[in-house]
Amino acid sequence: MSLRLIWRKSLNVFMLSLTGFCALFTVSALFFILGYLVWNGGKDLSWNFFTHLPAPVGEEGGGMANAIVGSLKLLLLAALFGVPIGLLGGVYLAEFGGKTVPFLVRYTADLMNGVPSIVMGIFAYALVVMPMHHFSTFAGGVALAIMVIPTVLRNTESFLRDVPRSLREGSFALGANKWRMIATVVLPAASRGILTGVLLALARVAGETAPLLFTAFGNRYWSPGWNQPTASLPVVIYTYATGPYEDWHRQAWAAGLVLLGLVLITNILVRTFLTSGTAYERT
Amino acid sequence: MATTPNATAPADVPANPQALSRRWFSADDVAHLITLIAAATLLLITVLLVYQLWVLSAESRTKFGWHFFVTSTWDPVAGDFGALPFIYGTLVTSAVALFIAVPLGVGAAIFLAELAPPKLSSSLSFVSDLLAAVPSVIYGLLGVFLLVPIMRTTVQPALKRTLGFLPLFKGPSYGIGFLTAGIVLAIMIVPFVLSVSREVLLGIPRDQREAALALGATKWESTWKVVVPAARIGIFGSVFLALARALGETMAVTMVIGNNPRISESLFSPGYSIAAVLANEFSEATGNLYLSALIELGLVLFLLTFILNGLARLLILVTTARGSGVLPS
Repeated sequence: MSLRLIWRKSLNVFMLSLTGFCALFTVSALFFILGYLVWNGGKDLSWNFFTHLPAPVGEEGGGMANAIVGSLKLLLLAALFGVPIGLLGGVYLAEFGGKTVPFLVRYTADLMNGVPSIVMGIFAYALVVMPMHHFSTFAGGVALAIMVIPTVLRNTESFLRDVPRSLREGSFALGANKWRMIATVVLPAASRGILTGVLLALARVAGETAPLLFTAFGNRYWSPGWNQPTASLPVVIYTYATGPYEDWHRQAWAAGLVLLGLVLITNILVRTFLTSGTAYERT
Repeated sequence: MATTPNATAPADVPANPQALSRRWFSADDVAHLITLIAAATLLLITVLLVYQLWVLSAESRTKFGWHFFVTSTWDPVAGDFGALPFIYGTLVTSAVALFIAVPLGVGAAIFLAELAPPKLSSSLSFVSDLLAAVPSVIYGLLGVFLLVPIMRTTVQPALKRTLGFLPLFKGPSYGIGFLTAGIVLAIMIVPFVLSVSREVLLGIPRDQREAALALGATKWESTWKVVVPAARIGIFGSVFLALARALGETMAVTMVIGNNPRISESLFSPGYSIAAVLANEFSEATGNLYLSALIELGLVLFLLTFILNGLARLLILVTTARGSGVLPS
């Protein structure tokens, strides 16, 4: 074997194992993050964490019940405002519309998807907080809803497009008009995929901190109604992690574990159970 | 069913077929209109977003003009605002992140697309997708309590010993700073480089690989000299996409960059980024000029990411034929 061949073969083995190492490193990061959070946050997770209000500043103990409820309320608002718009917009792109408008909407949705979340926070601040002159749950919900729309829209469109032509033709042949065809045939056929998109979009905004900093702000007490500042899990993690107290740090780990757990479990369940089977044969 | 020619039609169907079709047509019109409004809402939101950022930053734009981008005083008390330290910090941390994440992500993508058996490949990219779903505040948490101490006690002294002759690796080790923020960002953007690059690589036709192998190339040579060059535009696209993510990433950077508006050539020194200053100062900004300067920073960030994303999608569109596929979000 010539020297050059030996060199080429060893370079081959070396570089290929290097790519394997890259993949291993990237993938193990997730397990490392998860393991480290369980290790650090698991021991401080108690029943109090889920049922109690934060202790007064400087005192130990207390929980994050208000932040958990706050996060749920924000998600509810995000779903309420964001999902219908995204869903119907996706239907428009896939079923109605000519060439230019869908192209424009599609491109805009993709670009909006990449806009930093902190900018969305500024937008919601200008849109809701400035006219109302105070931070509120509502403002936070609007910020998150704006982030939900593009994702749901694009995802709905792509799953609707996957519904086979024959289903549409069959329903037309039975005498259905277009909206009935969409509502009773196409949407149900694509429902699993659409639901996947909605849940993934909500799981993503559930972990967003930046857009809530100056919209939902924060609150150490319960936030009744929708018109007052509210605590949320991500913002509390941020505040506690950068705060000066040892006890806050411990609680930040516990809250981090809860948040990461919820986000990952949603992702895993949704991605494995909902996308694995569709209501029709995918080609 | 016994039918007679004169059987009365069911009550809900008008006898006149023309009226019938007209009613159906209008139901479709309503559906069309409602969905169009929903789609147009997205366009409206985008226009409104640009408008708000533009109008609300007017005071700062007219007062400072282009000087805003080249001066580095940030003095809310005196009402003097220059954005250079933030722009610098944003660019430096993103550059560090790309320097680490691109080789790592492309390398991993090559492994997943070229070497790994399909089952392994898809389960590994599943894990990478999960990594992309980890909230950024979690990365910040790990950054603050795990990475910063390691950087201070181990990594930065080691870099100083080996590469200390470079101005990049001089100065005291605080743990926090550009380098730490860049590393955290790198871990956060690897999944984006990985998943898009993998898609692009998988899209390169099989014959190209086989032709190279048939000519006697090793697996690595066929990958590196044939497949990767063919996919390079799409890979560039993935890099732009990742860069846009890195520029706008807020929480993790805010928690580890040190939040000190100064320009230093050393990667060890604490700095500040656009997103971080927004996160820290926006809710406390007093006075219209202060707020308007911050919103101008938001506008800069928006435009930067908007342009980069547009470019990225164009590049990916060029390489993957079915470029309209849903990209990782």
